[in-house]
Amino acid sequence: MNKIIQKQYFSPKVVEFVVEAPLIARSRRAGHFVIVKVGEKGERIPLTIAQSDVEKGTITIVVQSVGLSSEKLCNLEEGDYITDLVGPLGKATHIEKYGTVVCAGGGVGIAPMLPIIEAMKKAGNRVISVLAARNKDLVILEEQVAKYSDEVIVMTDDGSHGQKGLVTNGVESVINREQVDLCVTIGPAIMMKFVSLLTQKYNIPTMASLNTIMVDGTGMCGACRVSVDGKTKFVCVDGPEFDAHKVDFDEMLMRLKAYN
Amino acid sequence: MTRQEYMKERRSEPWRDELRRSVKAKERGERPRVHMNELDPEFRSHELKAEVNQGLTKEQAIAEAGRCLDCGNPTCVTGCPVEINIPTFIKNIERGDFIEAARTLKETSALPAVCGRVCPQEKQCEAQCIYIQKMGKEPVAIGYLERFAADYERLNGIIAEPEKPVSNGIKVAVVGSGPAGLSFAGDMAKRGYDITVFEALHEIGGVLKYGIPEFRLPNDVVDVEIETLRKTGVKFVKNCIIGKTISHEDLRAEGFKGIFVASGAGLPNFMNIPGENLIGVMSANEFLTRVNLMDASSPDSDTPVQKGKSVAIIGAGNTAMDAVRTARRLGAERAMVVYRRSDEEMPARAEEVKHAKEEGVEFLTLHNPIQYEGDDKGHVQRMLLQKMELGEADASGRRKPVPIEGATEWIDVDEVIVSVGVSPNPLIPSTFTGLDVTKWGTVVINQDTMQTDLSDVYAGGDIVRGGATVILAMGDGRRAAEAMDKSLQAN
Repeated sequence: MNKIIQKQYFSPKVVEFVVEAPLIARSRRAGHFVIVKVGEKGERIPLTIAQSDVEKGTITIVVQSVGLSSEKLCNLEEGDYITDLVGPLGKATHIEKYGTVVCAGGGVGIAPMLPIIEAMKKAGNRVISVLAARNKDLVILEEQVAKYSDEVIVMTDDGSHGQKGLVTNGVESVINREQVDLCVTIGPAIMMKFVSLLTQKYNIPTMASLNTIMVDGTGMCGACRVSVDGKTKFVCVDGPEFDAHKVDFDEMLMRLKAYN
Repeated sequence: MTRQEYMKERRSEPWRDELRRSVKAKERGERPRVHMNELDPEFRSHELKAEVNQGLTKEQAIAEAGRCLDCGNPTCVTGCPVEINIPTFIKNIERGDFIEAARTLKETSALPAVCGRVCPQEKQCEAQCIYIQKMGKEPVAIGYLERFAADYERLNGIIAEPEKPVSNGIKVAVVGSGPAGLSFAGDMAKRGYDITVFEALHEIGGVLKYGIPEFRLPNDVVDVEIETLRKTGVKFVKNCIIGKTISHEDLRAEGFKGIFVASGAGLPNFMNIPGENLIGVMSANEFLTRVNLMDASSPDSDTPVQKGKSVAIIGAGNTAMDAVRTARRLGAERAMVVYRRSDEEMPARAEEVKHAKEEGVEFLTLHNPIQYEGDDKGHVQRMLLQKMELGEADASGRRKPVPIEGATEWIDVDEVIVSVGVSPNPLIPSTFTGLDVTKWGTVVINQDTMQTDLSDVYAGGDIVRGGATVILAMGDGRRAAEAMDKSLQAN
């Protein structure tokens, strides 16, 4: 059973849970995700694993309350159980020594980026993390990110923390001053689209971790399909990470609105 | 004693001999086949969860059982992939011993109430019945009778406690809880093995739960059969993906001596035509999973589903029939099956096609979609169909559909459900090192032993066959159980 061991608010709408899941903790790698379902009639939603502790047998997930299912999850307390939790799913991030890696994360996307930042650092890369959010309260995990980054650049829409501006401003400032070998981006689809357009201009290889609508998360239904290089791919089994320059972000943005 | 000898022995029991002689064969042969009571088409086409087939009454079942000639060499049995002792169970119905009939079914079938409902009997047992083979008459309604006996036992709450076999202490794992896995688990548990079934989803049953709708196979029918397996000692672990949550090596380390892979063919095929990623175009698996597994059309379910007014289902297999009839029940005013071949080639069960037609489903045969167009929000609005004709027969003897040049037609749709087949899930082949797969992604097995290239790993069902039927999957489960048992006992 998947008991909630610890609950912590990053902001009124962003919650971090440490959940008992020993088998997942043991087999997960950076980039993997889980599917959770709250309640017997609950919906299956995907969430990336932010951290895991093999010894304690726990995984950490970070949830932003944006709708019915994420709100139900955010309302759970320490000691409660998550009805269903399955994983680790998807392909793990391809980690190797690239050189200088810029990790561009937006909002709650910073959580799933954390394990990638850690793994990239441990693989010997120079890691520059660009964290972006609407305001100071929504910048999460800054300390943990700093632990595995050579430099952290914080961007806020209103300038309440770090520099004022968008994630792309932060990334471009790095590109303008030094050689960047790889960019990794996780966040809202619209943000990833603009990071991708920027790095394409500079010919910097870029990976995006896509967050589409999912049902089963095991390749059974195709709800999560995206066009990559003109071919249909399933995010849950072929991804969630893809070459950002080949992703049809406009189609993805359209499909995300299917149930709005 | 061989299976045949056992069947002969049962046939020669005195009551059976007497029953056979009580009515002349000629007289039996003149009796008409019963017809299943069904819900009214107009009523049922709005009822998602009401089972269409109402089952036989006792009187109907006894009358139909009386048609069976109790052949000395029962050819019907050869048409059944799990070789149910058909004459024995039917004669028990005729003499009114319905519980003994149910017991006979369970000798070889883990899920008789399911098979009686979903098997394509017209291609299996009933196709081999002497009535159709030699007498030019409608075959004995074996499927109806199987369902009757299994339902009688369940509905009267007298399900015989399964015999608790003596444990042999050998641990065996099953990957997937669909028909193949359940059938294998049932057979192995009877032999005394310590069986654990691992399921990736949050419900046990595979396609019986996420795929086949309640109006054809009620969930509680499936649950009762699963409960019977549990009572035999089978353990079930949900939300666990072998290859992801637990590896093959982990299973070995935990002492599992054999693994039966029955992970199915869940990967939906798309046609890769323009507009297929528009909103409102989805796989049958997605549509049926939302409605069946997630209960998306109920107000208390958190999962949404689109309810189209003009819905096209592409394909004409059983899955397509399930999807189109479900769409109709969710309120589609126009529900269409679009199929590139003709009526004759439709792979769906005859009864489902008949039911769909009665429920107002339109059949656009010899039509093939080539493009979808959406509105400014990306929602599918219309489809372009290419009209087809049948050309020369191909190597398999099926006539190939070819486009009629210039004959196309736009039809307005607000939902399209793609049901053009499934491929094996690549998860197991990609995480079990050393497993040989074909170019279609199916796992390669030794046909005699069901064994893969890995000596402890056996496989069966759709992961070996590609998308096939429930009963073939169950037959594979039985054969794999027999083979694995032989091999484990020899060691």
